[in-house]
Amino acid sequence: MTSSGELAIGGSSDIVLVRQRVRAAALEVGLSLVDQTKIVTAASELARNALVYAGGGRVRIEIVRNGVRMGLRLAFGDDGPGIPDIEQALVDGWTTGTGLGLGLGGSRRLVDEFDLRSAPGEGTLITVTKWTR
Amino acid sequence: MGVTLTVQPDAGRRRIEELLRQNEDRVLKRWLEITAAVSAGQADRDDTAARLPEIYQALRQSFTGEENLSDLHGLLAELSRSRARQGFSPAETANAVFGLKEALYEVVEDDGTPEALRGFIWFSKIIDDLGLFTFETYAAAREKIIIDQAEQLLELSTPVVKLWEGIVAVPLIGTLDSARTQVVMEKLLQALVETGSEHAVIDITGVPAVDTQVAQHLLKTVMAARLMGAECVISGIRPQIAHTIVTLGIEFGDIVTKASLADALAHALRRSGVEVAGSRRTRVALRTEEA
Repeated sequence: MTSSGELAIGGSSDIVLVRQRVRAAALEVGLSLVDQTKIVTAASELARNALVYAGGGRVRIEIVRNGVRMGLRLAFGDDGPGIPDIEQALVDGWTTGTGLGLGLGGSRRLVDEFDLRSAPGEGTLITVTKWTR
Repeated sequence: MGVTLTVQPDAGRRRIEELLRQNEDRVLKRWLEITAAVSAGQADRDDTAARLPEIYQALRQSFTGEENLSDLHGLLAELSRSRARQGFSPAETANAVFGLKEALYEVVEDDGTPEALRGFIWFSKIIDDLGLFTFETYAAAREKIIIDQAEQLLELSTPVVKLWEGIVAVPLIGTLDSARTQVVMEKLLQALVETGSEHAVIDITGVPAVDTQVAQHLLKTVMAARLMGAECVISGIRPQIAHTIVTLGIEFGDIVTKASLADALAHALRRSGVEVAGSRRTRVALRTEEA
């Protein structure tokens, strides 16, 4: 771990800020243009999920190292209602809101590592990592 | 604040009122000096110098009856707003008000009576409240400026341009949120009606990331245009965006998408029956359409 920062997600303007910070961090890590766009898009999805379904949350942006490879790790946490059925939530097209239902499953495909911890009433913690190639 | 003024009509308060009346010129002069020290330029100094005597009078009048407090608040709000527009920090504005304490303290010290000192505590609290009031007004004024600018930006950033007879384009730049999509959709539909266009190009070259929300907004805009009988082409899909859209699993269905605005224009021209003949000198040949 070389650097990190935590941002609060409280409104839609914060989502824009999260995207900008993640893009800056992705540049610093040296991710390719495609991978930059992917992690930024995943960050956008997860930040919006935290805002829409939990009323807000926070994200921790970390630059991580695994041997010679550098990576960008984002941890999205919220104290919302939690996800009762995680398998179901990851199914494409399934949503309890008004979106396309692709955010969670799509984000998992956009990153290299995806870890989702949630239980009803205990909030949600999603950690994603993208490694350089 | 009005309550504090009427509940404590004690000796200290009366002494302060007297001092403020008797030493008006001296206190006012000192207050101007203190305020000028924190002001940046001559113009600001003149502006403030013109306002302070008025505020001083309103403050003195506010001690005689609480209904006059609105006058004082009005003057302070004006000072605050004018300083917010000139780019002063809220601390500088509040400091201008707090400067009156320092100015009066010199008079109180010379007076030296216990009543004056007790009264100064009371006066101090009033000035603190007034300082906080300017702070609040300042923040509200700034907020207003930001909201106005955001609205202006919203207007500015969504032009609908006519590319050809019957073809309009919307070059989108920046983040597409719900509010902007609403504006884009309204403007596009309006332009379709006004120009009688049957083709619209939505160019997303300037959109940094397409997530599911942006995609959903785009799809809705295309659907709305279709309901009005217009065909939409989405252009400006860069490689990394294409990659991301596929990975996310977003399906654009039968919506025509193109890599560049030029491709989209060529497509729309072909569809509306205009043939672009490629030769050394680019010629555009119009074929009459039989209805």
